[in-house]
Amino acid sequence: MTALNRSGKTLFFILISALLIICLCFGLLLGPANIPVSKIPSLLLDSLFTDLEASSSDWMQNILIDVRLPRLLVGALAGSCLAICGAVMQGMFRNPLASPSVLGVSSGASLGAVIALYLGLASVSVWILPLFAFTGAGLTLFIVYHIASQRGHAAVGTLLLAGIAMAALNSALSSLILALSLDTWGVGQSIIYWTMGGLEGRTWDHVLLITPFALIGIYLLLHYTRSLDALLLGETHASSIGVDVARTRRHLLLITSCLVGAAISVCGGISFIGLVVPHILRLILGPHHRYLLPASAIGGALTLVAADLLLRSALPEKTIPLGVITAAFGAPFFLYLLVRQRWSVRL
Amino acid sequence: MMSKQMLLNCHNLSFGYQKQSVIKDLSLSLQSCEFVGLIGPNGAGKSTLLKLLLGLNKPNLGEVMLGEQALSSLSRNEIAKRISFVPQDHSIDYAFTVSEMVAMGRTPYLGNYRTETSQDLDIIENALQRTDLMHLKDRHADQLSGGERQRVFIARALAQQTETLLLDEPTASLDLCHQLELMNLISSLTAEGHLAVAAIHDLELASRYCTRLVMLSEGAIVAEGTPVEVLTADNLKRYFSIEATVAVSDLDGSIRITAHNPVSP
Repeated sequence: MTALNRSGKTLFFILISALLIICLCFGLLLGPANIPVSKIPSLLLDSLFTDLEASSSDWMQNILIDVRLPRLLVGALAGSCLAICGAVMQGMFRNPLASPSVLGVSSGASLGAVIALYLGLASVSVWILPLFAFTGAGLTLFIVYHIASQRGHAAVGTLLLAGIAMAALNSALSSLILALSLDTWGVGQSIIYWTMGGLEGRTWDHVLLITPFALIGIYLLLHYTRSLDALLLGETHASSIGVDVARTRRHLLLITSCLVGAAISVCGGISFIGLVVPHILRLILGPHHRYLLPASAIGGALTLVAADLLLRSALPEKTIPLGVITAAFGAPFFLYLLVRQRWSVRL
Repeated sequence: MMSKQMLLNCHNLSFGYQKQSVIKDLSLSLQSCEFVGLIGPNGAGKSTLLKLLLGLNKPNLGEVMLGEQALSSLSRNEIAKRISFVPQDHSIDYAFTVSEMVAMGRTPYLGNYRTETSQDLDIIENALQRTDLMHLKDRHADQLSGGERQRVFIARALAQQTETLLLDEPTASLDLCHQLELMNLISSLTAEGHLAVAAIHDLELASRYCTRLVMLSEGAIVAEGTPVEVLTADNLKRYFSIEATVAVSDLDGSIRITAHNPVSP
């Protein structure tokens, strides 16, 4: 499959942005409470101009503004973060199989969050849980990267194995903490509820938490497009055209850890978005990060919001965690990539 | 002829991986307008020396000087504006087009933020023309032959517009015609005032084009000078372990090496 030309790329960007907007609109419509389509614009406008606390008497407005809208925004932002991080990791490690979940970064973030919940620190401040999640994500990525890299080049097999091993370790530790916390029912329940992942019951607190990270992080990552292109060709190439490889990698590790941590702390264990979305987009747009990174941000939002819509419209009476759906589609896709790449994966 | 200028200089350079030393106490000074061929048997340290000159390997002792400045005091970006590198491994796994690959040579000037100006595009087009790649510019670089890919990397180095060009086995994967074209191209660049340093296996080719040969053996310079001075039967026997006859043509001064036997240990 050949990549699109310039005007094709512009069209593609318009298309996925339009799809995202359509999905967001559907997301506002969809739900057990029946809110007529005609009332939605006026409800949204009203809430912009009136004090939310004062107008809380209108139940339609409550559902729309305090239930559906935060859920959509959290989903879109988390999807963006995860997908753009996947695109960056794939470029940085020169490996299309790299992604936050495959490299164990997501499970590292989860472990951090679980520790915060267990210690009861999460209720002290809304910032504690994400802080622990970043630390978990960052530490895992750092360890995986250093185990797998020999003089800056991360070998495919070692990288995947190190990621798998760290993911196993992280989830084992999470399970251990969960087992220990079962004595205290409240703590155990909050951990289980959190690890399942999903967009149920997201509030404006979650939106406020992820928004600054998502906006600043994505903005910063978009400044590394040329360096990432150069890194795709290898360390020697990148250095010889003026990229400080070690420094660039450090920065990217830090930013992606923050973004994955932020995404995981608001939506729990949602996996494979970061693998699948950039991979498909690379087939359509080519390897240029100038296009790939913004497209991943939009495509990730679209995918997560669409998956959530699918879940809500197909099985409205059951609450299936969103992470289950993304893994159900993502894991076979990962296997397919692995089979196709078999020749280059030397363990 | 323009005035010669000292571009790269190293004094008592030593480098090794762990305990094994690869470059021992090596001193070399390189000027503009020179086409220097690094020759030597496998494992003599040619590639390692190139990476030291590029600053990718950090010397254990000694310092590489880029003009008046120590290489270690410069950022990668500053180095990339002055030295370009054509690596030996030119595999491309990703579907960049040829002109996109060459455009990467503008990275040190553009950084991550700026897009190419019309001046940059002219420079890229010029690099494509000089390497005979115009007709391939929209092709995907991963679908090209080894020789074509090699030229893509040379074009990228040209787009970098550096005074110094380092090449690791530039002719290794080229057919005869492209070997000669490439060597002609490098010669014309050095005539314009650039410095080119190339690790070369093909001794006859090196002798025809290089203005100076540097023979390395076990990480040290064992002979240095014009091709006729360096490529003697004696040197070939001592450092390349071959019994060879060296004939210098009266016609054009080109050197013909006929290897007879490996020297029995």
